[in-house]
Amino acid sequence: MEPDFTPAAEPVARLIGEFNKLPGVGPKTAQRFTYFLLKQPEEEVRALAEALLAIKDSIITCSSCQNLVETDPCPFCSSSERDSSRICVVEEPMDILALERSRGYKGLYHVLHGAISPMDGIGPEELKIKELIQRLQKGEVEEVILATNPNLEGEATAMYLYRLMTPFGVRVTRLARGLPMGGDLEYADEVTLMQALEGRRQFQP
Amino acid sequence: MSRARVYKTEAIIIRHQDFGEADKIITLYTPYIGKITAIAKGVRRPKSRMGGHLDLLTRSNLLAAQGKNLDIITQAHLIDSFAPLKAELWRLSCGLYAAELVHRFTPERLPHASLYNLFTVTLERLGKYDKGELVLRFFEMRLLDLMGYRPELRKCSSCSGVIQPGPNYFSSAAGGVVCEECHSARPLPNDRAVSVNAVKVLRVLQGESFETAVCLKLGRELASELDYVLRSFITYILEQEIRSTGWLDTLRRLENTVSPGLSPPGTP
Ligand SMILES: [Zn+2]
Ligand SMILES: [Zn+2]
Repeated sequence: MEPDFTPAAEPVARLIGEFNKLPGVGPKTAQRFTYFLLKQPEEEVRALAEALLAIKDSIITCSSCQNLVETDPCPFCSSSERDSSRICVVEEPMDILALERSRGYKGLYHVLHGAISPMDGIGPEELKIKELIQRLQKGEVEEVILATNPNLEGEATAMYLYRLMTPFGVRVTRLARGLPMGGDLEYADEVTLMQALEGRRQFQP
Repeated sequence: MSRARVYKTEAIIIRHQDFGEADKIITLYTPYIGKITAIAKGVRRPKSRMGGHLDLLTRSNLLAAQGKNLDIITQAHLIDSFAPLKAELWRLSCGLYAAELVHRFTPERLPHASLYNLFTVTLERLGKYDKGELVLRFFEMRLLDLMGYRPELRKCSSCSGVIQPGPNYFSSAAGGVVCEECHSARPLPNDRAVSVNAVKVLRVLQGESFETAVCLKLGRELASELDYVLRSFITYILEQEIRSTGWLDTLRRLENTVSPGLSPPGTP
């Protein structure tokens, strides 16, 4: 059980307050983190503090693809092995990791840092859309793959980007939506099944 | 130990926020409980069977358990995904705006079945009719009625004299149209001139059926006047901006500059 001395000492309350600001961390979890760290040896806590500072010192935004990286341009944008005529547009840097794990894509990326969400006040200005259009204006891009999330905001973002990109005459594609691998058809929900049917393509065994 | 109370309800998803690793906090509008905030666990994983049934602007049957802070959604089953609405950017954006109005006008757990019905048919109409602007203005007028803010359009909201065709004002503070004499005698900060045609259209939206109202033809100028009048009235009532209006304005501007014809935002 966590010690229950209220009110918490000032530094403790301060750390709880800081954890509470993290996405998905409520006051209870913030308290748990804090009391956990209190019980840790000093070198463990120091390592965490240094790791926190290091991300701010060494992580920067790639001026081309807007990914969070250690060098500008990033390894993707500066690599001669990557196909620079293709750009895959994603919402978050973590999406790149997922796509890279698939090993099926050799083009470049563009990170929007979110999706259009009118109710939260997130519109085109809040995303890295201007930067994407600037990349298209150089005229070297032939295909843009829209890999925003398969939900309403991700779709809205994809539709909006499509409208903006029409004048550039690039080929615009969208990730096929459908069945997750490793699942049984009978357990798939209707929405996924419907989209999988719509997105069906020529069978080439 | 008391068992968690489990309940069933139909709902439309009006808001969602990511929470933790793969969860979502979801705001639901339901016919008999009103607005509820609940948590749906694991729905951001592609393998989650609930995900597609809990996307924004989706109508689903839900099974939920009462939690200590937030209720927990345990099952979700799609009734209507409003596919025609979601097939097009302008339409779905109008739907998001309607959802934001429902969200901002309603407190948690205050049931209002008529508002639920109005919201549902509005999402259907946005998918069906090419006149998004008109559908939204009709929705706003009926919403104001249901929420107890029915604007006075026939009599002066200040002196109760019959409103004559001519120069009049829409006064958010007085709650409707005011005559010129009242406005010049005591101008209120949010008064704005309103055209004869705009007053006529507002009366149709307020008093006639949707089928009648949807036949109206609004020119661009009249459409934006109506948008502005109702927007300022709603902002005045809620004492806050409606965030989605900025996005709708972006789309209207886009429609006027690039690629006309891809999607007409309602008015010809
Ligand atoms: Zn880069
Ligand atoms: Zn008067």
